[in-house]
This record gives sequence, C-alpha cells and structure tokens, in this order.
Amino acid sequence: MAVNFDVNNIRKDFPSLHQSIYGKPLVYLDNAATSQKPKVVIGAISEYYSTINSNVHRGVHYLSQKATDAFEDARNHICQYLNARYSHEIIITKGATDAINLVANSFGKKFLKKGDEVIISALEHHANIVPWQMICIEKQAKLRIIPVNDSGELRLAELESMMNERTRIISVTHISNSLGVILPVKEIIKMAHNKGIPVMIDGAQGIVHKKVDVKDLDCDFYCFSSHKFYGPMGVGILYGKEEILNEIPPYQTGGEMIKTVTFEKTTFNDLPFKFETGTPNVADMIGFDKALHYIESIGMENIEAYEKELFNYASERLVTIPGITVYGDKCERIGVISFNLKGIHPYDAGTIIDKLGIALRTGNHCAQPVMDRFNIPGTLRASFAFYNTKGEADVLMGAIHKVQEMLG
Amino acid sequence: MSIQEQAQKIIDEFAIFEDWMDKYNYLIEMGKSLPVIDEKYKTDQYLISGCQSKVWLSAEMQDGVIVFKADSDAVITKGIVNLLIRVLSNQRPDDILNSNLNFIDQVGLKEHLSPTRSNGLVSMIKQMKLYALVFKTKMEVNG
Ligand SMILES: Cc1ncc(COP(=O)(O)O)c(C=O)c1O
Repeated sequence: MAVNFDVNNIRKDFPSLHQSIYGKPLVYLDNAATSQKPKVVIGAISEYYSTINSNVHRGVHYLSQKATDAFEDARNHICQYLNARYSHEIIITKGATDAINLVANSFGKKFLKKGDEVIISALEHHANIVPWQMICIEKQAKLRIIPVNDSGELRLAELESMMNERTRIISVTHISNSLGVILPVKEIIKMAHNKGIPVMIDGAQGIVHKKVDVKDLDCDFYCFSSHKFYGPMGVGILYGKEEILNEIPPYQTGGEMIKTVTFEKTTFNDLPFKFETGTPNVADMIGFDKALHYIESIGMENIEAYEKELFNYASERLVTIPGITVYGDKCERIGVISFNLKGIHPYDAGTIIDKLGIALRTGNHCAQPVMDRFNIPGTLRASFAFYNTKGEADVLMGAIHKVQEMLG
Repeated sequence: MSIQEQAQKIIDEFAIFEDWMDKYNYLIEMGKSLPVIDEKYKTDQYLISGCQSKVWLSAEMQDGVIVFKADSDAVITKGIVNLLIRVLSNQRPDDILNSNLNFIDQVGLKEHLSPTRSNGLVSMIKQMKLYALVFKTKMEVNG
C-alpha cells in the first residue's frame, strides 16, 4: 500500500461521491466513461466566471491579459506534465475524439494517397476507428487492423508483417476502454519508427492510469480528454511533435488561427494557434489545470500503486464467482474489469445492479468490434478510480450474487 | 378486454409490490412466461435493433384484430415486452393507434422506455403502431 495514500481522506475531496441512489450509498464504478471532479476543479470554474472571465489572446485590457495568462499557464503545465519539448506542441481541443479527428483529417489530407494504408488495432474505441475509416474512404486508402488473440492480447508479430512501404500512420489506444488491456505502446512505436512510420496514441484511458512521458514514449501524437482525468468536460489535449504539426495543414479555420486575412489570401498563425480556431474553452482549461495540480499533489506513482492494489483485490474476488467470464484476464490490465455472467444478459444484470446503487456500464462500450471479436452482445464493465475502495469492490460482489439469485 | 382494461389490470397486479425487488422478480417471471416466438421469426427481418438488447416482433391480422408475438434476448426487456403484448395484442388497429402507454409509467418502469437505454422497446412500440397503420390502410383499401 502506498504510504501517503489515505483513500478516505481523498474521498472527501469529491463532493459527488457522497450521495445516495435509490436510498443506497452511491458506488461509482463508471470511471472509464467519466471521472468525478475534486472540489478544487469545481471551485476554479466558478471562480473564473466570477473574476477574470474575458476573451483570450485578443484584448490588451487587464482582464483579457489575466485570462490569457491563466490559459497559457494551463498549457505550460500540461507541457511539463507530459514532458513535451515545447508548449506549442500542446494543442487544446474539445476532447480525445476531436483530437483524433484533427489528426485523421489534417494528416490524411497531407500524407494519404490512393492505395496507402493506415493501421489501427482491434481494441479501439469507435473514436479511433471512424475518423480513420472516413479519411481512408475519401483518399481511397486502406484501413488495416492489428488482430488480438482469444485472450485479448495484441498480436504484435502480425503488426511486423502488416507494416510496409504503403503504411502512412499507426494509431492505437494506450489502454483499452472496453477491457482495460494495456497495449505495449512503446514497443509498437519502436517497431513503427524502425520503418519510418509515425504513431498516434489514443491516451483517453492511458493518461488516467499511467504516468505519461511523451519524450520517453517517443510517440508522434498523444491525445486525451480532461473529463476522464478528473478535469471538466469539454476540453482535451493533442500533443504532437513540432516537426509533424508544422507539416500538416489546419483542421478547422476561422478566427484566432490566422495571421493575415484578405479576401484573396489567408496566412495561418504559428503553432499551437494554427490548430485552435475560435474562442477556446478557457474556464474548463483552468479547471483542468487545477485537476492536474491536484493529481500531482497526490502523486501519480501513489495513484498507480493504489489503483493496482485495488484492481488486483477486485479481480481476484470477481474471478471466484461461479459462471463469471472476465475478458482479457490473461493480459496486463488496469482500471477496467469487463465481464459477463453465465446465462444472464448484461442488460438484465445492469438493471439490477443499478437498483443497488452501483453505477456501472453495460453494452458495447463504443467498441463494437471488440464485442464482435468475442462474439458477445456486450459486457458489464466496472471501472475504478483512485477514490474507489475495497469496500466498494465488496459491494459489487454482493450485487453480483444478488443478480445471480434473481436471474440465474 | 379493451386496452384500458388490460392496462388497469397490470397496474393492479403491480400495486401489491412493496419494493423494487419484488417488482423485478415479477417482471422476470413475466419475461420467462412470455410465449416464445416461433424460431422462423427470430431473423433479421423481424429484429428491432436496440444496441443493448434485441427484440423480435411479428404481427398478423386475425378477424379484425392484430396478434403480436415477440421475444427478446434479455429477460427484463422480455418482461416489459410481455406487458406491451398483453395490452396491445388482440386489439383493433384503430385502438392501437390511439392508445397511450402511460401504464408503464404508473407501474414504475418508465426508465426502460427511455430512448437512451437502447434496449429496443421504444422501437418496438413504434413498430407496433406502424403495423397497426399498415393493417388499417389495407383494410380500408380492400373495403
Ligand atoms: C479509449 C478511448 N478513446 C477515445 C474516447 C473518446 O473520448 P471523448 O468522448 O472524451 O472524446 C474514449 C471515451 O470513452 C475512450 O475510452
């Protein structure tokens, strides 16, 4: 157990955890969908609107300067946190989905030609499938999929043979949102770079459970959403290497992202503004900055250690349940336990579990190809954060027994 | 029995349950006791898509009333399917078209009819009304 880690104290920082659902204390196990927010984040948003609210990068007036400073401080903070080289390598987006669309479109426009290939994995969220599918259709390029074996593990040997002189980019998730499987991203990046192929990592789940160092990973792009990482909804980050960001064209156009505009010609602004058109989400970036400070005050290494312990505790108990199938259980996983109960439809189980005050997700988790791979309609997904407790894992155990009693 | 009378009967049945668990146990029973749809109807043609649970629905006109048969792969969904069939099957197309299904709300199962649940029930109700409209039109055309 991490020494400086007291989960009961930490829970006090999250107001939404302390409520009752159907007369039972809430057990929030849907963290892979979105996390709850600490008080400091909620307070920061309200304070921003009560004090320095103003549009950024435009006015010379006092408030605009204050708001711009706070916004740029947030960017710098993220740059440091990710160990990126320059703050202009940090692009502020609406979220992970927005970031992937940006790269698929801008990179695709510049580099994809008829007959070229893009590689993703069989474990992707729809957000890292559909944008690539669309640009591949447009450019008459081919989308290829790294397969997984029956235990949910990526078949890296196949990737080796899939990469060829037509492969333009590889985009894979860091951690699977539907199974919790951790992908060997560092190895994938190394393999790809050996052949001169750039790699994008969808870090929507990865950033939450792992300390991410983009220099160490050497990824070309890394993206995530604030809202799964204890920050507000509505903002996300795209990290990209400067060289490649400079090479690809803007995604959307409008104000902020331009240098000069006449009716004949427009020249675009420098990084990062080239990719940030329109008024940005200042309040939520300031909120996210606070979330990052909060995480750092606890320490990502403490969070990782506690989460591992909690995950092992919950996994070890869940697998003892008769008739349970846990997907991906032979793989290294974190955060997510995805399972089914023999003879019980996940929708039925989810309905009963909800009535017991537990927030847990059922369905295909926006990863239909993963469900098809295992030939199941969906799963029950319990996803844990560092404010969850072993006691809550026990409540889930009890709920599953109840489900089996009622539906078995 | 009219649609209203059938609905009232269900409301009365549910009135005796004191807590949600008894209610759901009853619903599960109803799901299990729904006459299973003929296998020949469990094809994509009769499938009403719902991404969380699947519903199959068939309809036939018999002596001026529509006979619905349905099935689902999830038993709680199937329990609610059973309630809908009890109320809307063996009714005249006009009555089906004019029916409201407030009884689902009154027995405390409204959440299952939320479109975001994507369990196939909302589409099933739409499909039942569509069948009613088609059969009504057919009757009118044929005189
Ligand atoms: C792995 C993964 N990628 C992308 C996304 C999309 O994130 P957002 O909806 O915040 O854009 C999610 C969210 O569920 C995810 O889990």
